[in-house]
Amino acid sequence: MENIWKIIFGRLGWDSFPFYDPIILSTFIVVILGGVGVLAALTKFKLWGYLWREWFTSVDHKKIGIMYIVLATVMLLRGFADAIMMRLQQSVAFGANEGYLNAHHFDQVFTAHGTIMIFFVAIPLISGVINFVMPLQIGARDVAFPYLNNLSFWLTASGAALVMASLFVGEFSTGGWLNYVPVTNLENSPGVGPDYYLWALQIAGVGTTLSAINMVATVIKMRAPGMTMMKMPVFVWTAFCSQALAIAIFPVLTAAFAMLMLDRYLGFNFFTNDLGGNPMMYWNLVWIWGHPEVYVLILPVFGIYSEVTSTFTGKRLFGYSSMVYATVVITILSYLVWLHHFFTMGSGASVNSFFGIATMVISIPTGAKIFNWLFTMYRGDIRFELPMMWVVAFMLTFVVGGMTGVLLAVPPADFVLHNSLFLVAHFHNVIIGGVIFGLFAGIEYWFPKAFGFKLDKFWGKVHFWGWVIGYWVAWTPIYIVGLMGVTRRLRWIEDPSLQPYFIVAAIGAFIILIGITGFLIGLVVSIMKREQLRDHTGDPWGGRTLEWSTSSPPPAYNFAFTPRVHDLDAWYDMKSRGYERPLTGFKPIHMPKPTATGVYQAGLATVLGFAMVWYMWWLAALAFIGLLVVTIAHTFNYDRDYYIPAEEVERIEKARAEPSLEPRKGPNPDPEPTGPFAPAGA
Amino acid sequence: MATTYDQASQEAALSETFHLVEDEHGHGHGSPTLLGFWIYMMSDALIFAALFATYGVLSTSFAGGPVPQDVFDLRLVALNTAFLLVSSITYGFGMLAMERGQKGTVQLWLLVTALLGIAFVGVELYEFNHFAHEGAVPQRSGYWSGVWTLVGTHGLHVSVGILWIGIMMVQVAQRGLIEANKRRLMCLGMFWHLLDVVWIGVFTYVYLLGMIR
Repeated sequence: MENIWKIIFGRLGWDSFPFYDPIILSTFIVVILGGVGVLAALTKFKLWGYLWREWFTSVDHKKIGIMYIVLATVMLLRGFADAIMMRLQQSVAFGANEGYLNAHHFDQVFTAHGTIMIFFVAIPLISGVINFVMPLQIGARDVAFPYLNNLSFWLTASGAALVMASLFVGEFSTGGWLNYVPVTNLENSPGVGPDYYLWALQIAGVGTTLSAINMVATVIKMRAPGMTMMKMPVFVWTAFCSQALAIAIFPVLTAAFAMLMLDRYLGFNFFTNDLGGNPMMYWNLVWIWGHPEVYVLILPVFGIYSEVTSTFTGKRLFGYSSMVYATVVITILSYLVWLHHFFTMGSGASVNSFFGIATMVISIPTGAKIFNWLFTMYRGDIRFELPMMWVVAFMLTFVVGGMTGVLLAVPPADFVLHNSLFLVAHFHNVIIGGVIFGLFAGIEYWFPKAFGFKLDKFWGKVHFWGWVIGYWVAWTPIYIVGLMGVTRRLRWIEDPSLQPYFIVAAIGAFIILIGITGFLIGLVVSIMKREQLRDHTGDPWGGRTLEWSTSSPPPAYNFAFTPRVHDLDAWYDMKSRGYERPLTGFKPIHMPKPTATGVYQAGLATVLGFAMVWYMWWLAALAFIGLLVVTIAHTFNYDRDYYIPAEEVERIEKARAEPSLEPRKGPNPDPEPTGPFAPAGA
Repeated sequence: MATTYDQASQEAALSETFHLVEDEHGHGHGSPTLLGFWIYMMSDALIFAALFATYGVLSTSFAGGPVPQDVFDLRLVALNTAFLLVSSITYGFGMLAMERGQKGTVQLWLLVTALLGIAFVGVELYEFNHFAHEGAVPQRSGYWSGVWTLVGTHGLHVSVGILWIGIMMVQVAQRGLIEANKRRLMCLGMFWHLLDVVWIGVFTYVYLLGMIR
């Protein structure tokens, strides 16, 4: 009996569920109730068919982009819950007080926080914004490989699902956000935590790599005629460099994780402490991925800042070509600095000097960018709409983070500050103040393009001030205690004189919570007030690039006629030369068909990962075979595209010319985000 | 630019400056597939690069276990190298036949290529079995972890390539040498040749260097 149970369920048993921990158990119950509520609501309003047809199986880059952003927003709430838990623990656990989290739980919380925030918030947000915006900016109808795009999204979602499952079934890794050995070697972590981590990130990583390949091929092959490389909008350039960089780094991470899996599952000796293994090799490999990764995140965001600054100052971007060169230089340099994450490894003065100097050099092109934005604003007609407010907040915040980064790049200083809270404050400074602020700027900026109405201003300001003030209140004290020598990942601190700093930091985290709440309320309020906030022009901000030349939301085919580009600011050029939208002469448009293959593949990948985590070998084998069969079966489908008839195009374009006649459809009471066109014939 | 004037519509003629009246066909000659697949292969090559680097770091980590001179048999490796290199030539013959539109000949060369690939994998499995008998298992030392993973990953790629050849033979039989199948055969060819290039790295770096160290 015991044996049969083992064969069927592997190491999964009743004790794998968190009945012993009231915190996790109550979260589990709330999530289950909430989940059941959402599922019931979807069933009651008969939305399953709609979601399946119009979203889950869609290969439309705009919808996939939006799905990425929804996924990231959900995961942000989870990651932020972890952050609040840590801030609470650290604000009380001094002296005699042990706090409310045990050590094992606390370790999982900081691991999950970092993993989720980078892999399932920042990366999907970046992928989402690039997916939505980039093809529109280059005047394309979709990405190069639409089905692959859908698959990439679902693989990311699959990884997120595994991380979420680890919260309630078993445990998560305790090895930090990069799952460091030797903590995660089998003899030190025999549990399922590191395996959850590895499978979730391998699956999501494949998705990210495929997505990056897709985006690079799209930029190279699908640009509208006339758009030479040096006429691409800056966001397209930065997205291109970022995704090219992702292709260069994710395989290394995949290989490193695969080797750790071999260590853990088959007893290999890559990163073990004995039999010739070398744990520091793991650190090198993951940081060869890890450092460029922050540039994969920040580069597209630099593009967002450029677009927003140019639009809201009503000026052409200052120093376009220097911006492009700076982006390319950062892309290359970012690959040459990974060792600064462990100067303390002891690789010697010469090696440390090389990596230290290479790191400092990155601040030069980055500084050039800051000056370009400032000079774009100089004597510009600045409109302090919300996206522009985020840009200003970014410049003030990010520059501090950049300077502490240069400070940390000095090897002797790093020997003092390595693994201190100063470092933690530094990277939160650049990731919140750089990546996150920029993504919010982008969401405020392109939201009306995606849905046809602006976001509410008041709640947008709550969102803005909550984050900006909250960031500074939360992280300034961490900088200070870090400089005083407090190390990272501490559950309990002996010296009670440090407690006030951590209390202030916790208050800061709650101010950020106000910001997050403001964003969510703002979404709801904006949807309710959508008629007041609606934009019929498709160009609510006075934009300069091609995405603003089509309607909001854009039709499935994006552009009724493929645009021709003559200038860097293509849409501004069209507007100033009196362009009028054609209303006749439409031709049938060639489009890819939706497909459910990606959903099935990712679903099977999730089962495969879960089965491998729990040693359910039979299930893993079944899922793997299923994955193989579905993939091969998909290649036998040659019928992957269709034509939107010219009359359909004409009807949609005419409707856009007279907004009052705009057809509405669907059971969804929310504003139709997809335009009036439904992919018939699918 | 493949634009044709729509003379009938004065308006369309005017707005020509800013858009194409007739669309270029997006999935024909300028298809992004070959480029995309090329980029994918570069990412795959980077996985191998990471494995090569790891092998390099662990290249003397024998931990008192077997050393390469005890275990490697260069005659076997030479045979295997011959199988793989010849299979690339036979695949090339298949591609030449594809250009001439000779479906049967393509199928024949694909079959020969697959058989050579199977021979390669067969010899490799025999070799791994031999390693295991000598105690040169990956659990024994970092060095053998590196060898098994690097050589094994390559062998896995060859196996996937063989499976892919089989699928292409079915698809060519079903639909003939249509545009889509030609594109797929081009991709498969690039993949198959990449495995040759990687093998030359494995052959010199693992086997030859292993023997003279």
